[in-house]
Amino acid sequence: MTAAATPASSPATAGERPGVRMARSRRNAELSLLLLAMALVAAYGAMVEANVLDTVTPGFWVPAATLTAVFLGMHLVIRFLAPFADPALLPAVALLNGLGVGFLRRLDLANAAPEERADLAIFAGTGGRQLAWTLISVVLAGGLLALMRDHRSISRYAYTLGLAGIVLVMLPAVLPASISEINGAKLWVRIGSFSIQPGEFAKLALLVFFAYYLVRKREVLSLASHRFLGIDFPRGRDLGPVLVVWVISLLVLVFEKDLGTSLLYFGMFVATVYIATERVSWLLIGLVLFFGGAYLAYVLGEAVGGPFANFYLRAQIWLDPFAQPYDDGYQLVQGLLALGSGGLFGAGPGGGQPLMLPEVQNDFIFAGIGEEIGLFGLSALLVIYLLIVERGLRAALAVRDSFGKLLAGGLAFTLALQVFVIVGGISKLIPLTGQTTPFLSAGGSSLMANWLLIAVLLRVSDAGRRPVDGAGGKVTRPSGPPEQLHGAPTEVIKP
Amino acid sequence: MNAPLRRVGVVVIVLFGLLFANLNWIQAYKADEYRTSDYNGRVQVAKYDRKRGNIEAGGTALAVSKETDGELKYLRTYPGGAKYAHVLGYEPVNGAATGLERAENDFLAGTSDQLIVNRLRDMVTGDTTAGGNVLLTLSKRAQDTAYDELRGNNVGATKGAAIALDPATGAVQALVSIPSFDPNPLASHDTDEATAAYNRLEQEAGRPLRNRALGEVLPPGSTFKIVVAAAALENGITKETNIPAGSSYTPPTSGEPIRNAAPSICPESQVTLMNAVTESCNTGFAKLGVQLGPDVLKEKARQFGFEQEDLTVGRLGEGGLSVAASRTGSMENPDGGPDPAALAQSSIGQRDVRMTPLQGAMIAAAVANGGSQMRPYLVRQLLAPDRTTVYDTANPRELRRPVSNQVAADLRDMMVSAVENGTGRNARINGYTVGGKTGTAQSAPDRPDHGWFIGFALDSEGKPVSAVCVVLEEAGSGGSAEAARIAGQIMRAAIAEPGGR
Repeated sequence: MTAAATPASSPATAGERPGVRMARSRRNAELSLLLLAMALVAAYGAMVEANVLDTVTPGFWVPAATLTAVFLGMHLVIRFLAPFADPALLPAVALLNGLGVGFLRRLDLANAAPEERADLAIFAGTGGRQLAWTLISVVLAGGLLALMRDHRSISRYAYTLGLAGIVLVMLPAVLPASISEINGAKLWVRIGSFSIQPGEFAKLALLVFFAYYLVRKREVLSLASHRFLGIDFPRGRDLGPVLVVWVISLLVLVFEKDLGTSLLYFGMFVATVYIATERVSWLLIGLVLFFGGAYLAYVLGEAVGGPFANFYLRAQIWLDPFAQPYDDGYQLVQGLLALGSGGLFGAGPGGGQPLMLPEVQNDFIFAGIGEEIGLFGLSALLVIYLLIVERGLRAALAVRDSFGKLLAGGLAFTLALQVFVIVGGISKLIPLTGQTTPFLSAGGSSLMANWLLIAVLLRVSDAGRRPVDGAGGKVTRPSGPPEQLHGAPTEVIKP
Repeated sequence: MNAPLRRVGVVVIVLFGLLFANLNWIQAYKADEYRTSDYNGRVQVAKYDRKRGNIEAGGTALAVSKETDGELKYLRTYPGGAKYAHVLGYEPVNGAATGLERAENDFLAGTSDQLIVNRLRDMVTGDTTAGGNVLLTLSKRAQDTAYDELRGNNVGATKGAAIALDPATGAVQALVSIPSFDPNPLASHDTDEATAAYNRLEQEAGRPLRNRALGEVLPPGSTFKIVVAAAALENGITKETNIPAGSSYTPPTSGEPIRNAAPSICPESQVTLMNAVTESCNTGFAKLGVQLGPDVLKEKARQFGFEQEDLTVGRLGEGGLSVAASRTGSMENPDGGPDPAALAQSSIGQRDVRMTPLQGAMIAAAVANGGSQMRPYLVRQLLAPDRTTVYDTANPRELRRPVSNQVAADLRDMMVSAVENGTGRNARINGYTVGGKTGTAQSAPDRPDHGWFIGFALDSEGKPVSAVCVVLEEAGSGGSAEAARIAGQIMRAAIAEPGGR
């Protein structure tokens, strides 16, 4: 495997695949970016202590150094197991994860009594737990890279994963509320003090299934039978699977009381169908179905209440959070006030009042951070997310097989959609729903699932950028449908 | 599959663009609104980072911020307790401040534009200096006397107000409203305690949070006769002119006869204006009012300050505590012509005539000050946090000139006569010339009468030293005499310790 690090002697076929053209591993670039990111995390920790404690303790660097060690381990794993993986992914994710740990530690400091703050243990509290979760997540991600030497190998488990995904999605809805409901959303499985969000893992499993299913069915789904307004619409009977997913996502909406998760699954599915079939009609159908369903739920919530009442309430809060600023609208109002108080430059790390925000370690972490780093800081965070997503899409563009393309594209888009749903929710762009903010929010499920997602993207990007005929390198042969079909539309049968 | 992947990339950029645009909307465009929102607890925390300035009167601190160990670094305390509550107001952790704490908030908090130099200096030196100090015109002694005497009045009134002004400047010497309240629990950092204290006060029957001296309008009774007398003096009547009187007067359109407070008062058919004021002759003034007509009466009242809706007492010309408008009410028939019954009753300060205690004091002050009514104010000086630089010293100014010097002199003579020979004897002060007018106003048919006194004190050279108004709500019989006594005590204290100008 190490031989693959040798630069490719001849640039392969053509410039159409960016990965092929520059067959350098870029691992050293990844290492320097990673160290830069960790320096930022250390600086953030120092600023927090300076603001909260009025002094920088001698041990301020310990969390950052621990994280650096963990991420350096991941870097080594990538260096040996996925040498051509995208060099920007790990540093970007590490920066977000590191800032998340830093902010959670900042919350611990604020929660502690003033006299105990200076000697608060590094590994105590939410921040310490998040540090431990980071270690576990990175080990899992490294393990996945080691086990999955070729991303196509997971397509073998597609049906198993699909079934597991559906079970994971439905589990909280089926379980009694005492086990699964937190803050009005049934997204959890709680056993004692331990709780996981199965939905976080379900989206990975489902996406593997979607990608596999769609690669096999894309010809059928691409068949158009009706042309309307210049758009080809699919045959009625091919709508079946889409409608099934739509119904499932609406059931999630109603029974798990969570618009965000529903939007996430449905968006994920529609995006992968669109990527697979290149049919705009699927996008239109998806959008109409989703917004129609959401509107129906809103109307039903107003008229009937019952299972739809929660969604109606959330929509009402979204429309005017200040109507009930102390009860129903409290969270959103406080989120907006935190963001507004931050203004352009923010109060500085450690300078804000994040404890005024309910759920600041979870759903509202973006608002809590936003109060302290301001619009400029949040814009930078958005750019980092965008960078991860675009790098994921680029991996999809570069990889040669359809399954890989769908998998990486779908995962990247899912990540983007999740960021959109939660950041849009807390900033009143869309109705607020309980989603975690990837890599920032406290909690193991989300962190693990998202690191696994990154591991898959790393694996796919490695496959995409690996030289086709590198000396001794394994020549990857596409396994899906023949190459020439990728760009060209499949045969269209018109009545 | 690459074309749709690229389009998905564009969609992602659009989604993130929406997020970015929305964050700009919230963190840039709406930032100020959210930062200062009433729902934003950060405002409170930030507010307590800087030591709020003192409010002082005569060298005594009445509102001070004390350092604490808590998250809110300073606790606002009011050493004067209930005595100064209606002047100072209070600064709660949650909710809106009242009184001068509200009106002078910018300067006290140190955020005023005037203190920008201090803030810039702090930026360089890294210190956080305190807010500025506000010095009041109040005479501590007059305020103490007013509060103690009102509370200890011997007619058992539980509600009332007293206000004393320096007629020559308009500086407020004393301002008291009873029942009062202790502002300290309201400023507690324990917001539950503060809320409980507030709710308790809010539910008390006497409405202690209400500033009666500025905000309560009551029928002024006979004190309004000074306004009618002023109108008469400007319309060809002198203080020695005989005006029609009698034991009873029934206006042409009404069966309700107007009588005097006692049969001994002006039973004769004619009395001089001077005697009518001295004895407080109801029939004489009712007839006088009918003779003068509604337009003349209303115009005179307006010139004394009635109907003014935007008067504030605080810093001169810069806001302050708002004052309710005093009203003359309607004296006309529905067809627009004068209504003699309404006129007659209005002329003795009944019917729809309503007056604030401050308005009463301002009438007395204008008479004492040669017809010139000074704008009342409470803030004498704004002092920088370092206590050396003076930012704003009150420069007394005339608010209006309701009567000429000559009319003022005649009114002065009549009011002095009322104190020396008539109804206001209780207000007399040795060595000073005291003038005044009592008033007994019917409140509601089955409730005791309000007792009023408005008056002034002149020193031996005839210069005004104090003008005062005291009202005892629902005091019943003897209320106006007790009000006169209290007024005398307040003026005596104000003479002994004039307070700041």
